[in-house]
Amino acid sequence: MVEVKNINKSFGNKQVLFDVSAVFKPGITNMIIGGSGTGKSVLLKNIVGLVVPDTGSVLFDGRDFHSGSREEKKALRQEIGMLFQSAALFDSKNVEENVRFPLDMLSNMPMDEKMDRVNFCLKRVGLENVNKKMPSELSGGMKKRVGIARAIALQTKYLFCDEPNSGLDPLTSIMIDNLIHEITTEYNITTVIVSHDMNSVMEIGEHIIFMYRGAKLWEGSNETIFDSDVKELNEFIFSNKLMRRFKR
Amino acid sequence: MPKPNPFKSFGEYLIFLWRAFTNREPIHIYWRLYMDECLLIGIDSLTIVAITSTFIGAVTAVQTAYNLVSPLIPVYIIGVIVRDMTILELAPTVTAIVFAGKVGSNIAGQLGTMRITEQIDALEVMGINSTSFLVLPKIFAGITMYPLLVILAGFLAILGGYVAGTLGGLITPDEYIYGIRADFIEFNVTFALIKSFVFAFLITSISAFQGYYTQGGALEVGIASTKAVTNSCIALLLADYLLAELLV
Ligand SMILES: Nc1ncnc2c1ncn2[C@@H]1O[C@H](COP(=O)(O)OP(=O)(O)OP(=O)(O)O)[C@@H](O)[C@H]1O
Ligand SMILES: [Mg+2]
Repeated sequence: MVEVKNINKSFGNKQVLFDVSAVFKPGITNMIIGGSGTGKSVLLKNIVGLVVPDTGSVLFDGRDFHSGSREEKKALRQEIGMLFQSAALFDSKNVEENVRFPLDMLSNMPMDEKMDRVNFCLKRVGLENVNKKMPSELSGGMKKRVGIARAIALQTKYLFCDEPNSGLDPLTSIMIDNLIHEITTEYNITTVIVSHDMNSVMEIGEHIIFMYRGAKLWEGSNETIFDSDVKELNEFIFSNKLMRRFKR
Repeated sequence: MPKPNPFKSFGEYLIFLWRAFTNREPIHIYWRLYMDECLLIGIDSLTIVAITSTFIGAVTAVQTAYNLVSPLIPVYIIGVIVRDMTILELAPTVTAIVFAGKVGSNIAGQLGTMRITEQIDALEVMGINSTSFLVLPKIFAGITMYPLLVILAGFLAILGGYVAGTLGGLITPDEYIYGIRADFIEFNVTFALIKSFVFAFLITSISAFQGYYTQGGALEVGIASTKAVTNSCIALLLADYLLAELLV
């Protein structure tokens, strides 16, 4: 469980996050949705510790990330996996080395155990026989899969994804969404996905928070999202024709 | 865009170095990276350094001969001048400019690309000190390989002078050999090596700094590369002057 408490964040004199609080439970896919520039990525970066919030705290099963000692932070880091918008594979390493990288850096496993784990993770995301390929030789969807495999290589307990299906066709998008969802339930991971794709929301949005201009405006699930009377949320949901058809 | 402030940048550069040298990963992790960088940096600049130094030595010999009009000055002076120019300035300093153009821009481009494609964030999320992980191997590889390149450059420049001088009939082999051995000051070689350590450190660290803090996209990576070369050149010429004041 990840608890976000009263986070405020400004860059210079521009405040980007306004007192955001949320609780993300394990085993379900939590989503942060909202329009472009509303602070979703910044919120995620605050949670994973890439950005330090001005005020507020982030608790990983009760452990405060930002106030922890360096050792505590390091231990916690090993439980956190992140899938980046651009997959962020190391372009000088091949697929296998990318997935093995967290194991090489942070575990004391012997080589054959590491390779077993790498192959297991790659298989889990549906990639086989691509071990020796370089990132530049992969399609966008494959890169995302390798990114997921790398993020879960270290028996991850917390998984964060920034727009996992941006730049992918609708079919591949749904496949990636479902893959993340399956992994989440299978290993009881606390997963947080940033997205502005309504397809994903409908497919896997078990717990959703809606961000608007840096503040949390609504919270619910894909079951209740159509019943909200928050004007900004409705504008966001029904911004395209297809979704307007579902309007009740 | 905020106005660049040289003092602020210098402060940031020092903080950057501090971060690179503290909270490192265990040493054994760096060994492979260091060896890879050594190979890369060495091979990368070998050809260009060899070509420039040979020609610079040849040109120095020819120019000196051309400017020696008085019959009172013995011809072996050509050898003396080629040797002293080479060891004091041409080998360490001119090669440094070539090195900055080749290796510096490469480092900045690589780190800049890693920054904009979120690879640096990916390292940070895993709890790896990305500054030291990415930068230390490059700095140490630079200060290992660059002095070797300078030694090679010195040798080739003196050889270039020999070839050009004797083939052009400007000096006999015996005179040249006598010249390059006359009044030899051993400290000059030490001085050249001290300079080459300093220059290598400046070029690799400044270029890494420029690349590491790239913001934006491909365009900014290009700008960072260019800045890496210009700033390294300015810094190394300044250091050249200061070292001459201090040590000679
Ligand atoms: N490092 C930074 N420095 C200054 N401002 C920033 C920084 N990072 C983000 N911002 C600002 O914070 C605001 C929110 O950005 P953020 O990237 O979180 O948006 P987003 O909701 O993820 O949008 P998108 O869906 O387009 O990715 C933007 O106005 C952006 O300019
Ligand atoms: Mg974003």
